[in-house]
Amino acid sequence: MPFLDIDNVTKSYGNVEVLHRVDIGVEEGEFLVLVGPSGCGKSTLLNMIAGLENITGGTISIKDRVVNDVHPSKRNIAMVFQSYALYPNMTVGQNITFGMEMHGIPKPEREQKLAEVAKLLQIEQLLARKPGQLSGGQRQRVAMGRALVRDPDVFLFDEPLSNLDAKLRVDMRTEIKKLHQRLKSTIVYVTHDQIEALTLSTRIAVMNKGYVQQLGTPKEVYDTPANMFVASFMGSPSMNLLPATLREANGGLAAELTGAEGQQIMLNLSQNGPNLRSYLGKPVILGIRPEAITDADGVDRNAKNTQALRNMVHVTEPAGSDTFVETSLSGKACIARMRADVDVHAGQPFDFVVNMDKAVVFDPETEDRIVD
Amino acid sequence: MSGGAQDQAIRTGRVTRTFIYVVLIFFALFYLLPFFIMLINSIKPLPEITGGNMMALPTDPTIEPWKSAWSTAQIGVEATGLKPYFMNSILMVVPAVAISTILGALNGYILTKWRFRGDNLIFGLLLFSCFIPFQIVLIPMAMVLGKIGLAGSLTGLILVHVVYGIGFGTLYFRNYYAAFPTELVRAAMMDGAGFFRIFWRIMLPVSGPIAVVCIIWQFTNIWNDFLFGVSFGGLDAQPVTVALNNLVQSSTGVREYNVHFAAAILAALPTLLVYIVAGRYFVRGLMAGSVKG
Amino acid sequence: MARSDRAPQDMRTTLQNWLPKLVLSPSLAAMMVFVYGFIIYTIYLSFTNSKMLPSNEIIGLENYTRLFGLSAWTTALINLAIFASLYIVICIAIGLLLAIFLDQKIRGEGVLRPIYLYPMALSFIVTGTAWKWLLDPGIGLENTMHLWGWESFKFGWIKDRNYAIYTLVIAAVWQSSGFVMAMFLAGLRGIDNEMLKAAQIDGASNWNLYRRIVIPLLRPAFLSAFVILAHLAIKSYDLVIALTGGGPGRATELPATFMYSYTFTRNQMGVGAASAVIMLMGVAAVMVPYIYAEVKESR
Repeated sequence: MPFLDIDNVTKSYGNVEVLHRVDIGVEEGEFLVLVGPSGCGKSTLLNMIAGLENITGGTISIKDRVVNDVHPSKRNIAMVFQSYALYPNMTVGQNITFGMEMHGIPKPEREQKLAEVAKLLQIEQLLARKPGQLSGGQRQRVAMGRALVRDPDVFLFDEPLSNLDAKLRVDMRTEIKKLHQRLKSTIVYVTHDQIEALTLSTRIAVMNKGYVQQLGTPKEVYDTPANMFVASFMGSPSMNLLPATLREANGGLAAELTGAEGQQIMLNLSQNGPNLRSYLGKPVILGIRPEAITDADGVDRNAKNTQALRNMVHVTEPAGSDTFVETSLSGKACIARMRADVDVHAGQPFDFVVNMDKAVVFDPETEDRIVD
Repeated sequence: MSGGAQDQAIRTGRVTRTFIYVVLIFFALFYLLPFFIMLINSIKPLPEITGGNMMALPTDPTIEPWKSAWSTAQIGVEATGLKPYFMNSILMVVPAVAISTILGALNGYILTKWRFRGDNLIFGLLLFSCFIPFQIVLIPMAMVLGKIGLAGSLTGLILVHVVYGIGFGTLYFRNYYAAFPTELVRAAMMDGAGFFRIFWRIMLPVSGPIAVVCIIWQFTNIWNDFLFGVSFGGLDAQPVTVALNNLVQSSTGVREYNVHFAAAILAALPTLLVYIVAGRYFVRGLMAGSVKG
Repeated sequence: MARSDRAPQDMRTTLQNWLPKLVLSPSLAAMMVFVYGFIIYTIYLSFTNSKMLPSNEIIGLENYTRLFGLSAWTTALINLAIFASLYIVICIAIGLLLAIFLDQKIRGEGVLRPIYLYPMALSFIVTGTAWKWLLDPGIGLENTMHLWGWESFKFGWIKDRNYAIYTLVIAAVWQSSGFVMAMFLAGLRGIDNEMLKAAQIDGASNWNLYRRIVIPLLRPAFLSAFVILAHLAIKSYDLVIALTGGGPGRATELPATFMYSYTFTRNQMGVGAASAVIMLMGVAAVMVPYIYAEVKESR
């Protein structure tokens, strides 16, 4: 049985079910990220793990103990809140030790733990200050300190970085990752930021409309999205989803698309399984990540199946390290991600190369990926 | 109220500005005049009032009217001055304010941080109870106070003021706590603090501003109350407002206007002092009384 | 893992779940008895034949029929209509004017604001005492004008049946208009300055700026002011007692004074109760939609 077991959990408010049969097992030391747009139910799920919201159906257990009816303070969990939730009237030190005080831990032990955590997070010089005197990043550290000092079974993070500015967010992201690698703690982390999800997690649960859309490693979620929602939600710019028709070509399968000037384009697929074959002659959605569309020099050396196509360039957006190029395929805008110094001009045709190893195909009706 | 950054946007000409100042000063005089007249006439001997101009400054100032108003003026049947009634008001106001504020704080805490089904209905009912015309409860209240033997007693008046003060107390604290991040309460809960511990350690330490507002509001309202005092104060527990009215309205003997004014100022003194010391909060309290900030 | 081994809720958790409701219950009980219970009882009384003491004899709507047949009650209602409408309109007009003027980066705002507001700290009894004297033609303003040489000046409203009601308006406006000013001022200070700049760049004159943009944005302040003033007007009792005592004659009788005198001095409890119910309905008509919106918004 997993360390933290979310078993068939549902949540309803009155007659409205907002979480539908969520089933996730988290092993000890895992870093699970719940990611999804706002209103997808990720925070509700986190609050249910914390014990801040009732569980309508199913069970949540931590270390083989069902905690459905256990008070939050007795679940041996710690939570870092989006607003940090630091007690404004207490000093940093008091904030961190408040929980231990409530649990009746004697003062010398509290002091010792506080010193350890303060050292770990490099906030020793802040202990006598009030939260109001701290910067955003410092508050973030104190909030983590408050969680760490509890030495809990599971850490819960509720969008902890969303109140920080862009640069600090990246720094703190790295720091959280380092902390996890060092302490090997079990973490459930909620965010709406897919980059945070990809960089931090050992596993991701992508959620939408109260359903877990896909549960997998960052690589699985990114390379083989379970459906079109996951495909477009994860990755920035998001995956190009192009209407195509499945054709037979050179003994394999190919997707037929229309170019910017109405020309027919055939892209040979790497997949050729019976499942996919049953779609022959039918419309499908071809999914290609922007970085899989490049110029001839930018092609991944390990790619086995690359296809060239000539198409009109609409816009180029140099972004420093990369250049984004917009063209159109089958009437949809299609973004390509290229080297910074590629020689490409808006309004002129360009020879694109597509790494078809990375292409995926979706059923336009169910929006699910067609598994080969 | 953060200073007039607005005025960078709105410019006015010299003539308009003069006009604005004239209007503002006119109204300042309008508001000051009655009090000013009360003040100067309260230190005039009676003949100087009846025979002279009320706007004239006293030629022969005296503090006799004040002494009389405080300790010897005839109020009702006895010549006690305002003093005993003033004491009644203090003995009534202090506990009534304390109890209604504490209950208001607890209620506000519960209605925002421990929400349950139907809590909004309860709040709505409490809110409406702030605004009822008290005439609607006058008759049964008189009967109940009579039945439980509290008619004409300070305890009875305290009870009445607490009961009808809970609504406003709750309103203030609820609106204040609503803006207080619930995440803090949740964090404290996960830290293992219980209902009272969270209130005591987390909520109360940050409740200073609203407590001041609430106390000032309740103090002003209860001190200034007349209807309950005249209805339930009997003879022994009359608050100062009722006594002042009796003094001013008494039809026997010579009307000692100077004493009346001194008494009126005395009766107004506590609330005026509160206003002068904590006017800022007073305004905030009035604003919160309008439900929306 | 079997579902059955779910741990029973521990004592502390159970207690914690009940504690909030437990602590709220005394207030709730007090409210239910002393506010809503009493309201229901007064409504009940209004249908009974109660005179000096409450009676259980139900006489239907007779008290209401009698009430509306009484000229004193009709007078009180008409007076309330005059008093309330003038009080509300004038308070809002003065309050808005002062707030807009004070908001023009006025030197001495810190001195003026408290002067406008302090009357709100006084009781209506004190206000009434002061104004009663000021308005008395024999010793007040009229006398002063005469002494200053303006012999023909006449201001005897307080002694005149037809005008006495307006003296109530003067004193009440004096007491409350500063508060309305504070509400509008807070509203004005809350308006986004950039929007005003944008409007000026669009070429709006000061007049148009206020008429078309600022005043419409003050809608919530207007609404709050109206609700507060309306319910104060309906409840007005102390001021009448202190200023005019309801006179001359019955010229300044309001529903609140009517209720008190019929219930406690004329021993017509049934009629008094009926008049209180009508007053409650008046307040409810103003407050209930407002409270409903307030509570709903805070969800």
